[in-house]
Amino acid sequence: MAIATAQPVERENYLNKHYGVGSWLLTTDHKRIALLYLISLTFFFFIGGFFALLIRLELLTPAGDLVQADTYNKLFTQHGMVMIFFFLIPSIPATLGNFLVPMQIGAKDLAFPRINLLSWYLYIIGGILMLHCMLTGGVDTGWTFYVPFSTAYTNTKIIEAGLAAFVAGFSSILTGLNFIVTIHRMRAPGMTWSRLPLFIWAHYATSIIQILGTPVIAITIVLVAVERFLHLGIFDPKLGGDPLLFQHLFWFYSHPAVYIMILPSMGVVTEIIACFSRKRVFGYHFVAMSSIAIAVLGFLVWAHHMFVAGISLYAGLIFSFLTYFVAVPSAIKVFNWTATLYKGSISYDAPMLYAFGFIGLFTMGGLTGLFLACLGINVHVTDTYFVVAHFHYIMVGGALMGYLGGMHFWWPKISGKLYPESWARLAALIVFIGFHLTFFPQFILGYLGMPRRYYAYPQEFQILNVLSTAGATVLGVGYLLPMVYFLWSMRYGKPAPDNPWNAAGLEWKTASPPPTFNFDEEPVVTWEAYNYEQLDEHEQEVPVAG
Amino acid sequence: MFDNFPLWPQRASTSAGGVDALYIFLVIVSAMMIALIFTALIYFAARYRKRRGVRAEQIEGSTPLELTWSIIPLCVFMVIFLWGAVVYFKGRTPPRDATEVYVVAKQWMWKLEHAEGQREINELHVPVGRDVKLIMTSQDVIHSFYVPVFRMKQDVLPGRYTMAWFRATKPGTYHLFCAEYCGTQHSGMIGSIVVMEPAQYEAWMSGTPSGPLSVAGEKMFAELGCSTCHRMDNTGRGPNLQGVFGKPVTLADGRTVMADENYVRDCILDPGAKRVKGFQPIMPTFQGLVSEDQVNALVAYVKSLAKVQPGTKTAAAAPQTSPAEIANASHKAGAKTSSKGSQVE
Repeated sequence: MAIATAQPVERENYLNKHYGVGSWLLTTDHKRIALLYLISLTFFFFIGGFFALLIRLELLTPAGDLVQADTYNKLFTQHGMVMIFFFLIPSIPATLGNFLVPMQIGAKDLAFPRINLLSWYLYIIGGILMLHCMLTGGVDTGWTFYVPFSTAYTNTKIIEAGLAAFVAGFSSILTGLNFIVTIHRMRAPGMTWSRLPLFIWAHYATSIIQILGTPVIAITIVLVAVERFLHLGIFDPKLGGDPLLFQHLFWFYSHPAVYIMILPSMGVVTEIIACFSRKRVFGYHFVAMSSIAIAVLGFLVWAHHMFVAGISLYAGLIFSFLTYFVAVPSAIKVFNWTATLYKGSISYDAPMLYAFGFIGLFTMGGLTGLFLACLGINVHVTDTYFVVAHFHYIMVGGALMGYLGGMHFWWPKISGKLYPESWARLAALIVFIGFHLTFFPQFILGYLGMPRRYYAYPQEFQILNVLSTAGATVLGVGYLLPMVYFLWSMRYGKPAPDNPWNAAGLEWKTASPPPTFNFDEEPVVTWEAYNYEQLDEHEQEVPVAG
Repeated sequence: MFDNFPLWPQRASTSAGGVDALYIFLVIVSAMMIALIFTALIYFAARYRKRRGVRAEQIEGSTPLELTWSIIPLCVFMVIFLWGAVVYFKGRTPPRDATEVYVVAKQWMWKLEHAEGQREINELHVPVGRDVKLIMTSQDVIHSFYVPVFRMKQDVLPGRYTMAWFRATKPGTYHLFCAEYCGTQHSGMIGSIVVMEPAQYEAWMSGTPSGPLSVAGEKMFAELGCSTCHRMDNTGRGPNLQGVFGKPVTLADGRTVMADENYVRDCILDPGAKRVKGFQPIMPTFQGLVSEDQVNALVAYVKSLAKVQPGTKTAAAAPQTSPAEIANASHKAGAKTSSKGSQVE
């Protein structure tokens, strides 16, 4: 890491300009809102993680002995809901995206700063509803809310949980809307579309999905409520409805939602790889367009979640076929990242370790996606632990690895402090190893036939479950560590220079932490993204700026 | 060693081998992809690590390379897709003349009824080497009938039939799991499939009191008054049901549908929806009046009429059943469906 000397005087920045609770809760500064999100997201992450811990402990033994069956069902439901709606979907866009989208395009703020604040309040209202729901009885339908179980058979707090997701959904829509308008309208002079960092392209694609997909889940939740309260036959066959209609609507959002979680992570990883191999990204346009392709194709594959649900054989055929097309842009990304390393000048700071970890886990998650997209295999492995392992590889292995990588990469910019590098490398390693230990055994469990959402299971599945639980404790340590040393660094960390990585991107051309309006004067862009050649020349002429 | 640490479940159906072969192919393809990507990553990471005085070489990209690594994977994907589709179609198209078993799922048990009339709960006895078709419905929420050793899974929905089939190849007792989350005791909704040698199976069958499901259905057909309109001499107010099953039917709204299990079921529970052309909408619904088991019996009866030419008087129900077994039907099938041997000629 290029360590620079400390800045002598603390400059005015977005953190120290105003003090007091009010200055945070009423802020319209995208950077402060990003931090509000960061704190609340972290809170929900640890709640979801706590549920995961209890789930893994229950599964240590074949018999259901730690908690009641109903409690277990609530645990996995709430683990899923909290992690998906209150952590993964907002994770990168609402924190790093919020912080960086305006900075990377050279803007003072997002296009609608007050709507940005509103979206955080909506998230918090949704989050409070979810917390209230969990504390006063909880919900036990699985995060998938399948009907008619959810509309007619469960007595748990389905409406409140649905409302929580509904409200949080609007937060997601507003964030997406804000990003799209900002990226279109607020780019600095000279910041053309093909000079945009690929992080921006990834967020642009994500925003498209948020805007087009989220309303569908909102409608679906309303329909569930209407059926539950008014007994209008929409989904329940006893009332003349169709339960498969629900699954179509649900997955029409929830499949693209997976890309809401993973695309921003891909954007982060692209930035990190370019920086730590000191190279422009191989095939810039292909990487940018693959994000858009994923966003568009992602809407055409939802029924691959329903191959055994009762859809026709021909529908299965079409959705399997289309699913293989959405795998291509993901493959393009992986190959381009690899090619970016070629003839680079590579260093291995913690963000880069996370990026490598991302590629490792995402590749395995993606390849097992090919198994699931394959009709002949899907019948056997769907609704088993194979699926559980697959989506954790993508959403935890991929999305979360990217999130942590990004947090390390931009932490000096966000906090103005340097995190302890060797601890961070250790944490990256622990997460990577813990992750495989936890989830790899689940692929085998799934192929052996252990169904998901089982509270008790036959004896023969125990060894692999014990392995998985053991891995989860390692993983837990890996996730706790960064929180500890990030907090530590806020007080004791060395002050960060403006550009500790000598990275490209406008966000590095301003102070760390940045002033409230990001740039002292509006930047004019005359270079392409990833101009590492120029930067490295510059570095040789002027020994490390201070 | 793999006995203690298996990587796949036993193979006990004709489909299982094909699924495993495809799975192993995919594992090999994935392993090759991983080897390729990880080797490149690790090699580049080591070879091009930062050195003093060595600068990165800027490379814009390469369209031929991009096309290569888009098209080659796509071709591989298409092979996987096609192979998967073939396995899927084979595994999900029930052969003709399969033995039929009606499955009714409910929170949290499996009720199974053989076409010959044997009823079982959470246990299904089947012989080796015979095609078995499952005609499944649920009394409440969605369940899923999953037998890992058969590599077979099908969701079981309320309000309609879904089908699955298998041909067992290896005697033994195997897990039957519910694979779709269905509430409190979801993980307790486990049954077993008992695969037997044909001789043992016959012994089991004869030791179990039974009577053909279609006979129970015929009895009910009379008791519910269906036979007053659906007359066999074409003079009733409803269509004659002989020879109907398995053939296309023209509906009053002009559509043509196949008279399959789901069609018969819909006609019993929602008669107005798919009314046959040329008949008045006078049939009352039987929704709520008949249980899932009774619907199954009625469907089995209508199916048994499929081979009868319209106009003949006899219903050649379940030809393989001996009179003794039919006489036994009343024990197992209960009072509602008690039948007398004399009703079948």
